[in-house]
Amino acid sequence: MAAIDLANPTRFLTLANRALPWLAAATVVVFAVGLYRAMGAPDDYQQGATVKIMFLHVPTAWLAMFGWGLMSVAALGTLVWRHPLADVAGKAAAPIGAAFTFICLITGSLWGRPTWGTYWVWDARLTSVLVLFLLYLGVLALYWTAEDPGRGSRAAAILTLVGAINLPVIKFSVDWWNTLHQPASILRMGGSAIDPSILTPLLIMAAAFTLLFVTLHLAAMRNEILRRRVRTMRLMQAQEIPA
Amino acid sequence: MNLGPHADFIVAAYAVTVFVVAALIAWVMLDHSAQRRILGDLEERGVTRRSQRSGS
Repeated sequence: MAAIDLANPTRFLTLANRALPWLAAATVVVFAVGLYRAMGAPDDYQQGATVKIMFLHVPTAWLAMFGWGLMSVAALGTLVWRHPLADVAGKAAAPIGAAFTFICLITGSLWGRPTWGTYWVWDARLTSVLVLFLLYLGVLALYWTAEDPGRGSRAAAILTLVGAINLPVIKFSVDWWNTLHQPASILRMGGSAIDPSILTPLLIMAAAFTLLFVTLHLAAMRNEILRRRVRTMRLMQAQEIPA
Repeated sequence: MNLGPHADFIVAAYAVTVFVVAALIAWVMLDHSAQRRILGDLEERGVTRRSQRSGS
């Protein structure tokens, strides 16, 4: 099957229906392995057992940014090529990305209290992730409240592309400014600074959360295609009623 | 497994994550069944899309 064939919503639905059970099963298996390894990981020499929060916080932080990156590519597809599946992909990713960003913020706050002594500080990393969360809510508001779905989609796509400026700010905030948040310790020049006994379960949990994101996104895209079919059929039904 | 003196924070972090992920999964599944039900109702009433009428 050529990649262009997937651009047809009916073919996409067929593929999604086939792939979703396998993706869901893979997500459950990888989560089981990841949680088993995470619970068995040793305590950090400085942070003690609170390092276990990292197995939730770091993957959700990555996926919060991945979600916006995905929406940015979809926004280009909506604005430049006007492809309906691109808009479907962007709209379906927004609530999932918002939920992952919310988890990232809450788990970060719960990790910060015992390690930093505070739930929240207005440093560059925390503030830029909060801005990302607010941007997600803004995009959701545009999608869900616009009377004309087409105009809502274009406005959401523009906000998404403007908001993409925030992604490098989040990534490099710990390098550009003096922050309470620690600098990068995994994706950095010179390799990871984390011991393999903690890094391995972290990477498995990251794979599990990524599979969860992909599964939920595919399922949400399928729902959005069905929602658009319902809308089209209702419009046709309304047109057929004699005046 | 000993979670140490900050067990409450660790348990709270996992509880919040489980709750939000469960809510996401429930939303996706309920939305799917709702859309399927509405589509079924419309098709029962004889409403079809243009592509279905042309047989493609």
